[in-house]
Amino acid sequence: MKHEIRICGFGGQGVITAAVILGKAAAVHDGLTALQVQSYGPEARGGAARAEVIIADHPIGYPGITLADVLVAMSQEAYSRYHRAVKPGATLIIDPDLVFQRDEARPVVPVRATKIAEELGNTVVANIVMLGALTALTGVVSPEALLAATLESVPARFRELNRRALEAGMQAASG
Amino acid sequence: MSTHRELIRRALGPRVQFVQGDDACAYGAVLAGCTFFAGYPITPATEVAERMAEILPRIGGCYIQMEDEIASMGALIGASWTGAKVMTSTSGPGFSLMQENLGYAIMTETPCVVVNVQRSGPSTGQPTMGAYGDMMQARWGTHGDHEIIMLCPASVQESLELTIVAFNLSERLRTPVLVFIDGELGHMRERLVIPEDHEFELWERPRATDRAGYRPFAPGPDLVPPFAPFGSGFRTFVTGLTHNEEGLPRASSATIHDQLVRRLAAKITNHLDLITRYEEFYADDCEIAIVTYGITARTCRDVVEEARRRGIKAGLLRLISIWPFPEHVVARWAERVRAMLVPEMNLGQIVHPIREAVAGRCPVVLHSRIGGELHTPAELLEALEALQWQPA
Repeated sequence: MKHEIRICGFGGQGVITAAVILGKAAAVHDGLTALQVQSYGPEARGGAARAEVIIADHPIGYPGITLADVLVAMSQEAYSRYHRAVKPGATLIIDPDLVFQRDEARPVVPVRATKIAEELGNTVVANIVMLGALTALTGVVSPEALLAATLESVPARFRELNRRALEAGMQAASG
Repeated sequence: MSTHRELIRRALGPRVQFVQGDDACAYGAVLAGCTFFAGYPITPATEVAERMAEILPRIGGCYIQMEDEIASMGALIGASWTGAKVMTSTSGPGFSLMQENLGYAIMTETPCVVVNVQRSGPSTGQPTMGAYGDMMQARWGTHGDHEIIMLCPASVQESLELTIVAFNLSERLRTPVLVFIDGELGHMRERLVIPEDHEFELWERPRATDRAGYRPFAPGPDLVPPFAPFGSGFRTFVTGLTHNEEGLPRASSATIHDQLVRRLAAKITNHLDLITRYEEFYADDCEIAIVTYGITARTCRDVVEEARRRGIKAGLLRLISIWPFPEHVVARWAERVRAMLVPEMNLGQIVHPIREAVAGRCPVVLHSRIGGELHTPAELLEALEALQWQPA
């Protein structure tokens, strides 16, 4: 078993945080092998941000992803750049409010993560909404592991908000 | 009252974590008993300093952010002479600045550990990208005849484990030890299991016991002089000049210089059994070998497995200790294989001692990649296949 997940968007959306939480859920709470790498520009916000997570049940050699099993695109640039770099049958999850132009021949799962996060009271949890959706769609980690990893990664006063963001994401994916 | 080891455990947090290579180096240092860190932040090594800044005050240690890397090495040497286990971390530009005091630490037999999270150079180069461009600078960057010890981890777990080993070697042999990773590994997160105290050894520097007639640089039978920290009542004199066994400058004596510098080298080369580390895959029937180190070795492990599936008798020699160079290990492989492929994230550095060890017994082909990206499995497989068809 090996899942290669690429999460991308622009700096400030928390794509790297999302990848770290996912990796932690797999490695610490589900007892799997996981590896996470990232790349980002020198800007604090607005530049392109990309994070990759590999989850496996065996040691991981090459610490990178060529073709992804799962792509989460939270910006047009991210989608345009990476939507072809996926394996056949890959799961593509996009925020349709941020990805306007796409290849109609490739099926995607639209998750309005930013809008959902806004309705929950803070757009900062859009990344966590996406993680909820990703987990519901792919089962790469258990929902319990994801919840535990999320709650231990955020300040105490934001735990409830993040818990609701995860649930909303899971619902959006199954609805 | 908590013991020091309990304080360390509490400061390190949960036993299983998902953290970066940089974090793991800091954790390894703390587990090894490091209580002093002086450094200057630099991408991609900053997280080592950050972790040390968080942990050391909680365990009664000392973290100092210095004005630059020259001063960092200076502070390290001073702190080590109080008897503390000490470390600094840096990247290429900072490592360049450390060269002079690195030599001072070698000459004065001062235990210290330097972590270099390498990035692309020359100069400020590519701060956020990984590279292995300082491999030769580590060997010969400081002037004069000397030996150096360098360890090259390939995973987050190994970054912790080899940092502990680095402290042990540094203390035992009273010499600087380098832990070299790169920006990719430094910022890569993996599962880290923090070992229990009974799962690793801790070595201490040899201590002087007899105050009367103490000569601070008179070597023991293993060529390492027993150490007396400043302030312990032992008469000690420390200089970077050529010195006699009392530590007093004798810079014009050919005999004393010859004896001293040969001993400093021999105390390391006589202990290769403690230092040399490597890992072999498919050594028995290997025809085409990959010889590499650091993060690139992970990719090569995958490549060798895939090559085997395609019927190529490939194998991998992963060098873990790079300096002193494990010449006999490479020579042994050269006896048996038809060719060696050496992938490096530089324009060719460790390929040189490899060629020296191989001494013409088989072709040695360098596969360079610079610019901050890792070798891909596909390109290395292609390089391996090309060697397979090369006439012997």
